[in-house]
Amino acid sequence: MKLELEKNHGLSVVTIREPRVDAHNSAELKDYLAQLIESGENRILVRLADVRFIDSSGLGALLSAYKRTAADAGQFALSNVQPQVLSMFEITRLNRVFEIYADAKDMLPN
Amino acid sequence: MSPTSIQVDVVIPTHTKYLDLVGSIGERVVRELDGFAGDREALAYQLNLVLTEAAANVIKHAHDAASKDMVRVTIQLLDETLTIRVYDHGQGFDLETVPSPDFAAAPESGMGLFLIRSVMDKVSYTRQADCNVLELVKYLK
Repeated sequence: MKLELEKNHGLSVVTIREPRVDAHNSAELKDYLAQLIESGENRILVRLADVRFIDSSGLGALLSAYKRTAADAGQFALSNVQPQVLSMFEITRLNRVFEIYADAKDMLPN
Repeated sequence: MSPTSIQVDVVIPTHTKYLDLVGSIGERVVRELDGFAGDREALAYQLNLVLTEAAANVIKHAHDAASKDMVRVTIQLLDETLTIRVYDHGQGFDLETVPSPDFAAAPESGMGLFLIRSVMDKVSYTRQADCNVLELVKYLK
């Protein structure tokens, strides 16, 4: 799975460079985010601009990271979510759990 | 133009690398639909999703470390009714006893069947002579 990490004003911005997150690669995403949090990062934004498909295991991987950061009084958010992918968060009501920004820059200080 | 009639029958090994392939067949089927007035983008995603979730569930429960087992998937469109069947040779389960996810607890798993039920019109799981069949129906009218 292609993932890019950029640090900006104390925020770790992870960009998923894959069109698809499913049971084939979601464990890799889950492990990557767990290691990032383990290394001390607790303000994380995941950019989903390239992701046009996500399944239940992909949602689970993001939820796992959300719970880890929440337990550490951190922040975990998503941005640039494509419309059909966003519908998955709506069906599962996870849009009420995650902070979802239109763009990554919306979470950065002006 | 007469309504589209489609019959697809595919067999894939029980390995997650084939999920993309099986899901994309669902998207491709939507492109073939004549006269479907609904949201094609949404329908394409939904079929990709249910095929991915159903196949992933079979793969997860396949008792075959060498991945020699197979998942058979059929997609049929007849009289504007789309029927997807996913066959497995596992122990099976009782669809009625699978609980809905506890959303208050933000569950990390158990959402697959919930998603399938959310986007399809009819879901059933039955035992046949030598296999189990998950049948998913979507009415396109």
